[in-house]
Amino acid sequence: MAARRVGVVGAGVMGSGIAQALAQAGHDVVLLDKSAAVLDGVKDKIRNGLRLQKLAGKLASGDSANVAEILERITTTAEYEPLGSVDFVIETITEKWPAKEETFRRLDCVCPDDCIFASNTSAISITRIGSATKRPSKVLGIHFMNPVPLRPTVEVIRGFHTSDDTVRVAVELLGGMGRECVIVNDMPGFVSNRVLMLTINEAVFLVQDRVAEIADIDRVFRECLGHTMGPLATADLIGLDTILYSLEVLQESYADDKFRPCPLLKKMVHAGLLGCKSNQGFYNYNEV
Amino acid sequence: MSTETNARIQAFLRKRFQNYEFADDQDIFATGVVNSLFAMQLVMFVEKEFGIEVGDEDLTLDNFRTVDAMAQLVQRKAAA
Repeated sequence: MAARRVGVVGAGVMGSGIAQALAQAGHDVVLLDKSAAVLDGVKDKIRNGLRLQKLAGKLASGDSANVAEILERITTTAEYEPLGSVDFVIETITEKWPAKEETFRRLDCVCPDDCIFASNTSAISITRIGSATKRPSKVLGIHFMNPVPLRPTVEVIRGFHTSDDTVRVAVELLGGMGRECVIVNDMPGFVSNRVLMLTINEAVFLVQDRVAEIADIDRVFRECLGHTMGPLATADLIGLDTILYSLEVLQESYADDKFRPCPLLKKMVHAGLLGCKSNQGFYNYNEV
Repeated sequence: MSTETNARIQAFLRKRFQNYEFADDQDIFATGVVNSLFAMQLVMFVEKEFGIEVGDEDLTLDNFRTVDAMAQLVQRKAAA
């Protein structure tokens, strides 16, 4: 497939991983984040993402010689204007509707009319995101899994107005990035997070209710159920703030209290214990 | 074999995994307690703690599989 120029909005955990995967597939990437501090650290984060792939044996040694070349394909910016020349955008900003709405309105103004918008949202309805633009047929969800460099399959979400052509172009782009797609219909949380967020939330209730130690809760999932990671380690990896916001979105979207966030989860987020990214969540990552 | 290097690596593992004790020659990935994501944290830890740089050629799980293997890597890098 021909190299594209792809915009990535948000350079956090997911945005930097997605930018890396796009650049590795040969695409030019414009990576937008409003925070200069985040942009400063992003190339180091991507360099470490490439090293993680090497360590996990998923990068041939020939490829690793190209780290500089891969990084060169990524341009960082704090402005929307450079997105005027992209033909595909993947949005990965915080999981709050007002922020999403504002971002998609701005993208709709700046980007070419035929540019496709994908949201990496955890739970917000793709149909609702489409409604913030004048191009709802060109809006879809692409839910990458974390850590992006190691996960081979993504969830692709078709909104109410998403066209077949939009889905086809997205699947083609993802195929070029070595990703398989599972295409699902739009309801908040899709398949993955509608179930995963409830599981993580209930695991936090287990901690709050002192049913078991944190490490033992995860151990039951790993050793009894065969999961690669337990729900609490997964929460640390995703970010506890993202978990909380996603639960709030699900609770509001379904008007169903089964999604009510555990008070301990709220308390940890308010205390700044956000998981790996703040070096402290259910586990301590301070030493690195 | 520097026991001091081993001790510093052991101290790092103890802080991270309060409920587990690893022997110096135990395969920490085989225990199921850690995964390849944690391996990346080990890479960053040894780089920072011992002031070495782990190049592409040394980025293999085998170099981080046991406390002894990590200590050997540190010695090799420090001697280079």
